[in-house]
Parts: sequence; structure tokens; C-alpha cells
Amino acid sequence: MGGISVRGVTQAFGASDDARRVTALEDATLEIPAGELMCLIGPSGCGKSSLLDIIAGLAKPVAGSVTIDGEPVRAPLPKRVSFVFQENALFPWLTVEENVLAALAFQGVPKAERRARAGEAIAAVGLDAFRTYHPRQLSGGMKQRAQLARAFSLQTEILLMDEPFAALDEQTRLLLGEDLSVLLARTHKTIVFVTHSLVEAVFLADRVAVFTARPGRVKTVLTVDEPHPRTQAFMTSAKLAGLRNELYELLYDEVRKTMETGAVA
Amino acid sequence: MQVACIVAFFGAWQIGSSSGYLDPLIVPSLSAIAVAFAALLHGGALWSDAGVTLYELAIAFALAAGAALSAGFVISRSALAVRVFDPLLAGLYAVPTILLFPSYLLFFGIGPPSKIALGATMAFFPIVLATIAGFAHVAPLRLRAARSMGASELQLFWYVLLPEAFPIVLAGLRMGLVLGFLAILGGETLTSNAGLGHQIVTAAESLDPPKMFAYIVVAVGLAVALNAVTSYVEQRARNTTA
Repeated sequence: MGGISVRGVTQAFGASDDARRVTALEDATLEIPAGELMCLIGPSGCGKSSLLDIIAGLAKPVAGSVTIDGEPVRAPLPKRVSFVFQENALFPWLTVEENVLAALAFQGVPKAERRARAGEAIAAVGLDAFRTYHPRQLSGGMKQRAQLARAFSLQTEILLMDEPFAALDEQTRLLLGEDLSVLLARTHKTIVFVTHSLVEAVFLADRVAVFTARPGRVKTVLTVDEPHPRTQAFMTSAKLAGLRNELYELLYDEVRKTMETGAVA
Repeated sequence: MQVACIVAFFGAWQIGSSSGYLDPLIVPSLSAIAVAFAALLHGGALWSDAGVTLYELAIAFALAAGAALSAGFVISRSALAVRVFDPLLAGLYAVPTILLFPSYLLFFGIGPPSKIALGATMAFFPIVLATIAGFAHVAPLRLRAARSMGASELQLFWYVLLPEAFPIVLAGLRMGLVLGFLAILGGETLTSNAGLGHQIVTAAESLDPPKMFAYIVVAVGLAVALNAVTSYVEQRARNTTA
């Protein structure tokens, strides 16, 4: 459950007669079977975040369609899709626990169940001791774990992650990636993970979809054949290095193109 | 350091008065003011006049806040409305409100209502501008997050918009309160039949400077107290937001 099918999705911003109209995605097609961790990688501005919004029902594409288990996505699906964003998507005036409780309230979970679900999710990411802290009292890595707890508590079959580790330093990022892999190995969620980091994409994903420069199209899909959870050994293996190099070659021209045309995300 | 400056200032004042350097008709001695102030506290008149001024302020502020908060919020919901009204209101804000006072006097008479109208007009602008600023520029990422989790419009308002806009709106309310108070005092000194400003002018006209200064002390004290209380509330609010 939770298979995503993206067919011929085109997304553009600006009126159709506007010369400055930006086509972020063009005819993007992708199949993500249930339970797979798919990474989306590509130069800035190639529509990766837009695609996540479309999958989540937060935006409507100009053309094409997205279906989840065969049903077309037309509106937000809070019971089937949850999101992890970059750093400041937590509510700063609420504690970690209150943030998770708010999400459960939004989703429509009955009040009696909320506390228990929040507690479970927070414990699962190892933040139990920090439940009553406010986001400004937490480090970057902990804030992201709090967001993860928030998303997990919603118990959705699909999890979308939009550059969740972008604001963290590389070392924290790598270690959090390892923790994430362990966590995800225990669930059967379908995960779509957008990142700019080559190593992160190879380390976490079952498959990596490489996007072209704007207008974004799926250039190719790499398969990472390695059991979950991914380990420190994999991180330092030649296999990962080889895949990373392959990704770099695939992306190089696209990123160059983006830099030269001055396209901005 | 600040205390030293204040002490020095008052010390110089007292010396100036005692030595006869300062004309007692224009600048009475501190001791004379103190005596007049004490007399005010013991007499009953101070409380009724202070009461009138505060009553005018309360009504003016309630009217201004009610109108400004609603109008500001409605405007903030549409980017077009913000582009149209924000500069318009900012421009009107720059116009000296006191120019409206003669019209208000004609319309409302010389009693409290004309002062209330003046105070409300003055207080309206900082509040409406702050409300627009607070609500129109909520971090889009948090709105996107809440929407993705299925938040209803009411939940979006209560959980995202309101807490985010609150510190800015509060700052606007503080400005409105203080400016409204000053406008009311000003209006009272120009034309009125009651209130602190009225007493200040009456004392001046009856050549009783100590009494006038005593009333001024009360007015300044009120202004300082209002500002201090609202600053405190604002600081507390800011501490619970990012």
C-alpha cells in the first residue's frame, strides 16, 4: 500500500502568456512501488520540491497526473502522506511534544489517542528527554528528529522528505542518515526523499531518480542494491563510492547547464 | 549612570529655583510642585479628571483596536489588498491627526466624545499597519507544513497565523495606546471641559504653575506606566516565539 505513480507531470509557474513563465517540470514520469525509498536528485530549480507538493496534493500540475494505489491525487491527503521539511517547519512557540500533538490534531486523531501516539513517536527518534523543550533550545539535528517524530506520529503510508538535512553540517548529516536508515528499516513506508547530496542519495535510497536541468525531466534512475538498514561499512565501501561517481557523472552536465543559464531554484 | 543624570537634572533645577535664577511663574521650584502634588493627591479632583482621561483612552483604544484588527486581518488575506491598502494607510498615518480636531469638535462637542474620536483616529493607524504586517508575512513553510497535515482554516489561524503575527500586532497595539493617550491629552489641552489636559491648561491660565506642573507629573507618570506595562507584555510575548 502506498505505491505512487507519476505520469507525464508538467508544472509551470506564471500565466501561460507570460514571457517569464517558468516550467519547473516537464513530462516527468516515475513509478515508486510501495515500500520503496526513492531519492530525487537534480540541480536547483528542476522541480523536485514541486513534485513533492504535487504528490502530497498541495499543488495541481499543469498537465499529467499522480495516482496513489491507482487513485488520482486531487487534494491534500493528510492521512496518507506526511512531510518532513527543512529546519524551520516546527512551530517555535510550542514544545516538541506540543508540536507533535498539534499535527495529530490537524490530522483529526481523537484527543484520547494523541498523547500516546506522540509519546511513541518521540521515543522512537530518541528525543524523549527533550519532549518539553522548545525548538530554539534544540540543535539542528534534534530539530529534524523532532520533525521526523511529528511525521511518524501521523502513521501515514507515504513519507515525503524535502532536503531535511540541508541545514545541517556534513558530519551530523551523515550520522543522522545512518539513524534514519535504521528507523526506516523498521517501517514499510514509501518514502520520497529530495536531496542535493550525492552520498546521501546513494546511502539511503533503493533507487535514485536523476533529474535534468529545468525544465525537469527524469534523466535516469539508478538502482542501489544493498539491504536495509544501511551501515557504516556501506558508507565507506567501494560500492557506494562507485555509485556516487556514477551519479556525479550523470548530474555534472545538468548542474553546469543550470549554472550557465543562471536558473535559480 | 541614568540615575546620576536624573539626580543631576533635578538638583540643578532646585538650585536654579532657590537662587532665584528661575522665574517662579514659568518654572516653579521643585518644592512648590511637590506641595501642589501632595494637595492634588489629597483633594478629590485629581481622580475624577484622571478618570475622565483614562475613560476616554479606554474607549478610544477599544474602538481603534477593534476596527484596526479586523480591517488589518481582512486586508492581509489578499496580496492585492495589501499592495493597495498598505501604502495608502501608511500615507494617511503621516497626516497630522490634530487637523481633524476642529471637525470632531463641531461634530461631537467639547466633551469627552471629541477627544475619544481624536484618540481613536490616532491609535487606528499603527495598529492596522502592524496587523497587516504581522498576518501578511507568515512564514510560508509553516503554513505549507500545517496544510500538508490536514489543518482546517480555523486551525491554520489559531495554530500558525495568530502566534506568528502576535508579537508584531502587539507592538502595534502598544504604539496605538501611547499615541492615543498623547492625542487625547493634546485634545484636552486645546478644548475640553474635563480631564488632565484640561486641568493643565486651566492651571496655566490661572497662573498657578506649581499646580500645572503637578498635573503634568501625573500625566507623564501615566504615560510611563502605560508604556512600561505594554513593553513588558510585548517582551513576554517575544520570548515565547522564535
